Amino acid sequence: MAEMISPETHKEKARAAAAKPAAFGEDIDLGTYVSSAEEQPYQDDPSKLPARAKERMLEAGVILDDPSQRAGTFIQMDNAPVHSSVRQEGVEVMSVSQALEKYDWLSDYWWQAVAVDTDKYTANIELNQHNGYFIRALPGYKTIYPVQTCLYLAKARLAQNVHNIIIAEENSEMHIITGCTTASNEEAGLHLGVSEFYIKKGAKVTFTMIHSWNPEVAVRPRTGVMIEENGLFLSNYVLTKPVRSLQMYPTARCVGENAVVRFNSILVAAPGSTLDVGSRAILDAKGAKTEIISRAITTGGSIVARGYIEGNAPDVKGHLECRGLILMGEGTIHAIPELKGTLAGIDLSHEAAVGKIAEEEVEYLMARGLTRSEATATIVRGFLRVDIEGLPPLLSAELQRAIEASEKDLM
Amino acid sequence: MGDVALSIEQLSVEVEGREILHNINLGMKLGETHVLFGPNGSGKTTLLMALMGFPKYRITKGKIIFKGQDITMLPLDERARLGIGMSFQRPPVVRGVKMRDMVAACLRGREQEESISQLAEKADLADFLDREMNYGFSGGEIKRSELMQLLAQRPTLTLIDEPESGVDLVNIALIGELLNSLLEKDCPIPERRCMGLIITHTGHILDYVNARTGYVMCNGVIGCEGDSREILATIREKGYQECIQCFLRRRASSG
Repeated sequence: MAEMISPETHKEKARAAAAKPAAFGEDIDLGTYVSSAEEQPYQDDPSKLPARAKERMLEAGVILDDPSQRAGTFIQMDNAPVHSSVRQEGVEVMSVSQALEKYDWLSDYWWQAVAVDTDKYTANIELNQHNGYFIRALPGYKTIYPVQTCLYLAKARLAQNVHNIIIAEENSEMHIITGCTTASNEEAGLHLGVSEFYIKKGAKVTFTMIHSWNPEVAVRPRTGVMIEENGLFLSNYVLTKPVRSLQMYPTARCVGENAVVRFNSILVAAPGSTLDVGSRAILDAKGAKTEIISRAITTGGSIVARGYIEGNAPDVKGHLECRGLILMGEGTIHAIPELKGTLAGIDLSHEAAVGKIAEEEVEYLMARGLTRSEATATIVRGFLRVDIEGLPPLLSAELQRAIEASEKDLM
Repeated sequence: MGDVALSIEQLSVEVEGREILHNINLGMKLGETHVLFGPNGSGKTTLLMALMGFPKYRITKGKIIFKGQDITMLPLDERARLGIGMSFQRPPVVRGVKMRDMVAACLRGREQEESISQLAEKADLADFLDREMNYGFSGGEIKRSELMQLLAQRPTLTLIDEPESGVDLVNIALIGELLNSLLEKDCPIPERRCMGLIITHTGHILDYVNARTGYVMCNGVIGCEGDSREILATIREKGYQECIQCFLRRRASSG
């Protein structure tokens, strides 16, 4: 780990960056949001959470009534953890505040994968009331079922501040599914989230995040991932519901030899939604590999789909694929794939395409007897289908369900 | 033999404002397979596309009667559902849409999983069911995939565009088998309910599939009609140039 930094130093840096705008995306006026909410009661049995909340969480992939297919659960409402539990040996799931009390070494990981002074959002999280989850897979333990987490915005106009730490110890394997959603379909809110992932030697983590916000919510996640030798990080991100403004650009660093990172993103921008979403992979060690795939559809909203791969070590390999579909309306898609190589012997490539559905393809399907709308739906479904290598079948099926649920809204 | 099930009457078709087909007449009964010969650019594919109902191929004159119904103004997908199917020469790649989905769509819920596997087996495409439509397919794979979809769709009238183009000898035998199955060649003639109209430039497909009537198309008109093998023999012996000359002579003498 990097040198230890005292909590006071983090605060100082955060204060200095409190007004620093982010590199991308609309600047959010933090003053228009409230920073604290009334305490939410802790719930030992998550199935006893209010029915409305459970229903919203289920839409984001979080199952509370039948935990048998989950290795653990963490629920945070506004800024308060309301439930955490573990069902499998070798996994730890708790609030990050509990974890900081339990493990004094945790401060070694604090703000190491994401800089506290990245922008005003990271600074705001450090300076205000916050919580988040701590998930750790112990060395050599492999979970079959995913750990699920939910970050739930209940209070109107609240700024939810989240700082998550995820550690996969050497040779462990862990799957996480996280759903972020709101109680209301229309109230404004702000979600600020820092997630720091540490993937140790030979460890494997899949992280599937489903966002289900509302048309008035602004979202600024900040994610950093460190991957050691032979480690694997696989991220799947799905956003198919309206959101007012979302900007994120998670960055993974392959710091150990043969580390692998894959990012898959599925983005749908409804009218009124502004998305600026990218994935960044820095290949700093020999033989590191990455694949970044994004599929963006607009039905009237605006999408900037970014991707960045940087190769700084011998024999690294990276591919970036960015495809956008303008389905209807006045939507825009701006694909910005970037590659940077700093030495010989690296292999980086990208492909990007933005367009509408090809009439020739629609007619081909119509010649098989499909109506125009059936043909269009089939092509859109195909466009959104990303075959994800390394994802357990259970999660793969859940992910596919989440994507298919959005098709109704698209047509 | 039964009644005429496809009747093309004095059909003219234009593409992007230019008339390509002029005054085409053609009739076919259930159970028959006809072959359309012709040099490149003579209008063969245009006729198939117009029969299938692609909007780019605009019918300016004449009509198409299919199974007793005037389908001249009927849209593409309705013609497909009425029983017209087409094997494309160069179908588009449809990314993300798997062959399995296409075959299922062609079956339209009639039968499912089992028949999809059986069809794929039959077309030697069992390993292709999870591949994206036409993505990275070879010439032979495209033809087999087209015919497999049609076997699922079971059209009354199958339009087949150049089944032998870009296909090697091993593939062409299998393609012949699939075509024969599609056109019910294993059924006694009076019991056949299917018709086929095959475009061929070289005529190789006739080594595998029997066809009753042949036509030679030149410059957007049907130049002659006759026994398909007799026509093929003439073309093989004298080439299309002779067909064109013959056609021009006759047109000149008829004024």
